[in-house]
Amino acid sequence: MSVALPLGWSVLLPVLLLAVAWAAVAADAVVAGRAAGRPVPWTVAAALPGREALRLLVGQRRRAVAGDELLRGVGGAVLPIAALLAAVVVPLGLRPVADLGAGIVWFNAMEVFAWAAVWLVGWGANSTLSLIGGYRFVAQGLAWELPHMFALITAAVGAQSLRVTDVVAAQQDLWFVVIMPVAFVAFLLSVAAMAFWGPFGAPLDRDIAGGAAAELGGVDRLVFMTGRWLLLVAAAAMAVPLFLGGGHGPWLPAWAWVLVKTLAVLAALVALRHRIPTIRMERWTEFSLVVLTPATIAQALVVTLVGLGEGGLS
Amino acid sequence: MTTALFVVLAVTAVVAGALVFRVDSMARATFLLLLSFLAVAGLVLMTGLQYLGVVIVLMMVIEMVVMAVFMIMYMMNPAGLMPMSMFHNTRGAAVIAATTFVALAGGALLVDWPVRGGAPAPDLTMALGQSLMSGQMLTMMTLGVTLFATIVGTVVLAAGRGRYDRLGDELDAPESDDRDRGGVGR
Repeated sequence: MSVALPLGWSVLLPVLLLAVAWAAVAADAVVAGRAAGRPVPWTVAAALPGREALRLLVGQRRRAVAGDELLRGVGGAVLPIAALLAAVVVPLGLRPVADLGAGIVWFNAMEVFAWAAVWLVGWGANSTLSLIGGYRFVAQGLAWELPHMFALITAAVGAQSLRVTDVVAAQQDLWFVVIMPVAFVAFLLSVAAMAFWGPFGAPLDRDIAGGAAAELGGVDRLVFMTGRWLLLVAAAAMAVPLFLGGGHGPWLPAWAWVLVKTLAVLAALVALRHRIPTIRMERWTEFSLVVLTPATIAQALVVTLVGLGEGGLS
Repeated sequence: MTTALFVVLAVTAVVAGALVFRVDSMARATFLLLLSFLAVAGLVLMTGLQYLGVVIVLMMVIEMVVMAVFMIMYMMNPAGLMPMSMFHNTRGAAVIAATTFVALAGGALLVDWPVRGGAPAPDLTMALGQSLMSGQMLTMMTLGVTLFATIVGTVVLAAGRGRYDRLGDELDAPESDDRDRGGVGR
């Protein structure tokens, strides 16, 4: 039983993701301007992503002495591709571009390519600060990946399926965020963390002069930064089918609900970003392993027991 | 189409695996190995085992990134600054490799393969899960406990500081003595 969208949607998917990413970048600029006390008008913010992209397109690329250009190029290209491939299982409405039987695992597998991408970009530049940025991401990744996986598993257990459309179908009456709030929070945190964004921006932080992206200029930087925003959008969009009922909702058509909910998740992330400072890796690791991992395991256990109590495997 | 895909994936797996020993950078060696594993994952996907194939991708990406960190930390030529050779005991390795290849290739060609009986389960992921959680439960439990014990043992051996360093010999210090302050419970 496959309900995948027609093949043409695979061309449209990057356009949709880019459009949402554009909106997220603009909203982020507005919120950042307000937080800094220098408000950015909406009109300026809306044009900002395009202006920045054009600036980077005509900008000079940067090459470090004796850098590993091949690995750096691969790393930079992998990031947006991983984001797009992760998004193919997200239902745009009630139907995804690819309705994979192991869709949740597929999403997980594609999104961890960010590990390789950021590390490769950091390594390939042959610069100390870049490399530190790459290592920071791996250190952070080891901490968020476990709670993230348990959050994914909890949603799968709740629906008793790894197919994302089944997870959406299981939420027709009750959104999973209600019965598995801990998993939802852990997932939301890992959305920001996998895009090394906001409080998890240490890999690209100012204290290491831009970190993994320090030596990126011109089109290299454009591809890398676009990949980062696409990853954030794809992961935020995945929160909708996993926890927020997917396309289910009154009045509006399914695709509109998915869009509204995705934008809401992104808005929450953007709003939080400017209220929470960057978290140091060792503090985040400790919190993640001592608090978040046991909490998500307990959440998975509760959902499993409830599932068994309601009649077990169907 | 299927044959072409198989050939491409198989050649990628073998060539990338061989190149691991030809490049002079630990980072390149690690990620060539990852490429080889990804091609193998593609082959597994081609057999229709979607879950196993995707899990191989997931595991291998994380594993290879973590391995890159350790490879660069411990092995010669960390950043491609010195000439490096990945070869050791070349003669012995050649004998072992040739013997293994002949045995496997000979087996594949000479064995009288049985004709398939029965049909695959409608949902292979479900069948795999049921097999792991019923018939193979003992195997998986033994594996799981062994791996877990290994992890705990390794961490205990590797940890430079334990709770007695943090909270004193009687574990009754009013405040823990930590290198990085401000974490959980402080």
